[in-house]
Amino acid sequence: MTTATSTPVQAEEALPAIPARRRRTSDDDDTRRTNWWATALIAVCSLTILVPLYLAVVVALKTPDQLVSGTGFEWPNPVNWSNFAEAWQRTNFPQALMNTAIITVGSVVFTLLTSSVVAYALARNIHRPFFKGVFFYLLAALFIPFPIIMLPLVKQTAILGLDNQAGMIVLYTIYGLSLNIFIYTAYIRSIPIELEEAARVDGASTWRVFWQVIFPLLTPMNATVGILTCVWAWNDFIMPLVVLTDPAARTLPLAQYVFQGQFNTDYTVAFASYLMAMAPLLIVYIFSQRWVISGVTRGSIK
Amino acid sequence: MTTLTQAVRTSSTGGTKRRRAARVRVEARRAPSAYYWMVWPAVIAFAAFHTLPVLIGVFFSFTNYAGYGAWNFVGFANYVNLFRDDRVLAAYGFSFLFAIVATILTNVLSLAIALGLNAKIRARNFWRGVYFVPYVLAILVIGYVFQFFFSNSLPKILSGIPIFRDNILTNPDWAWTAIVGLAVWQACAFSIIIYLSGLQTIPAELYEAASLDGARAGRQFWSITFPLISAFFTINIVLSLKGFLQVFDPIVALTNGGPGTSTESVTLLIFRGGFSGGEFAYQTANAVVFFIVITVVSLFQFRVLQRREADF
Repeated sequence: MTTATSTPVQAEEALPAIPARRRRTSDDDDTRRTNWWATALIAVCSLTILVPLYLAVVVALKTPDQLVSGTGFEWPNPVNWSNFAEAWQRTNFPQALMNTAIITVGSVVFTLLTSSVVAYALARNIHRPFFKGVFFYLLAALFIPFPIIMLPLVKQTAILGLDNQAGMIVLYTIYGLSLNIFIYTAYIRSIPIELEEAARVDGASTWRVFWQVIFPLLTPMNATVGILTCVWAWNDFIMPLVVLTDPAARTLPLAQYVFQGQFNTDYTVAFASYLMAMAPLLIVYIFSQRWVISGVTRGSIK
Repeated sequence: MTTLTQAVRTSSTGGTKRRRAARVRVEARRAPSAYYWMVWPAVIAFAAFHTLPVLIGVFFSFTNYAGYGAWNFVGFANYVNLFRDDRVLAAYGFSFLFAIVATILTNVLSLAIALGLNAKIRARNFWRGVYFVPYVLAILVIGYVFQFFFSNSLPKILSGIPIFRDNILTNPDWAWTAIVGLAVWQACAFSIIIYLSGLQTIPAELYEAASLDGARAGRQFWSITFPLISAFFTINIVLSLKGFLQVFDPIVALTNGGPGTSTESVTLLIFRGGFSGGEFAYQTANAVVFFIVITVVSLFQFRVLQRREADF
């Protein structure tokens, strides 16, 4: 039995069915009739989500004169696109976007590669005092609020020259460890150990077992951890605020913060800027919606 | 390798204490070194970037360090002064008021919406997608949109109501409610997903049996739904309160702690005092106290909520 051929087959047996798909079949039993009252209520309540987004769009499309007269909700006539160009320049948007993208992608990649390895070693040796100790050490950190680390951390990152994008990647990877290990270990322990033994009999080392047998099996959890890390690193405000010192390293939320302080009356340009800051992740979400929701669900309950 | 796993399994099931301890020691020696290589770098990095700052913080909390220059040990002076500082006490008062109200609202609203999204409704997956949108938006950025809404739109729309007409964000007594609104607006997205996954673990047969017995919707909720999702309820309440106590982004976006210091949370105070107020040591002491408060509150909640879970 070689790992190369056995893995795909075994993988499907070892994994539970994808929750999204399973949910769809159990939900859509045609025995119940459509609950129109619930549908109406859900639709009306969803306005609380959609109206602020609508507001963001229409204000960004107005001229300052158009904005002064009304409440902000009126559709602009004529539509004014120039705010986006101005916001693009004033916030140095390409650079902020680039910084955020680098930090997010770097954090997600490093998090997936490191957290899963650590969680694997811990899950398979949890009965050994050393590994159990490490597990609880990392888990205990979940209780420590960020403010307690914040002030000393700034000194430390400045001394080590990590007050830049690379430092942010390091910090997100390390600070995510606690929660990610919690998410990964439970799942790894549900993977039958026989899979690994088969590979070991064929002479694979522990590292090789991990990368060729376990890591591919972790795909659903990798998706979960990847999504949680991505949203966190992309939207985080307080950590870049205290750690990043160079204005050229600003992330998107940070750029909005600085921008808001300098031009707080120029609402139309500001809104164009907000919209551009929100758009990338929102667009990604629209296209991968179901996947994101099922991923987050898995992470939060397992 | 097979013998190793067998040893592991037997060690957890039988044998006297001493024999098990001996076996654990043998296994510990046998652990392939690769496992240690997998763990050590992470432990060292974590200790260096997480635990070390915590320890440095605790150390400086016993000094009068301003963030620069010379410093001396002052013992517990910082801690004693914290309890006499009106601004600190006000920040704790605000954080707790905010966190309790926001936690209750988030959980009530998200449970209600999750129930709706779990019902047989049209375009269910679409609505689930819509309600999760706030989760992917940066709260600081969407917060600025809310700021405009509260300070420019709402006064014009509700010009008949004095609180809203005069811009609620500049009202020392009511500005916090706007922050609650924004924070709950965003937090609900995640809670809804957790409750929804909880609701989906309940077998439909239970409801069928209950309706055959004549139980109506309200009775079904309190007798079936609520007890069966109580574990999700516990998790949500503990996580919400812990998160809301550390509120930062929504305040920066809406009021920046104002008017005056009426909406200043503990995190905002630590940030401001520590970085620009020359109170590095003092605010670190504040952070240590804050850590203890949060841990005690979380553990207390777990005990109370889990005891309630066990009653069912």
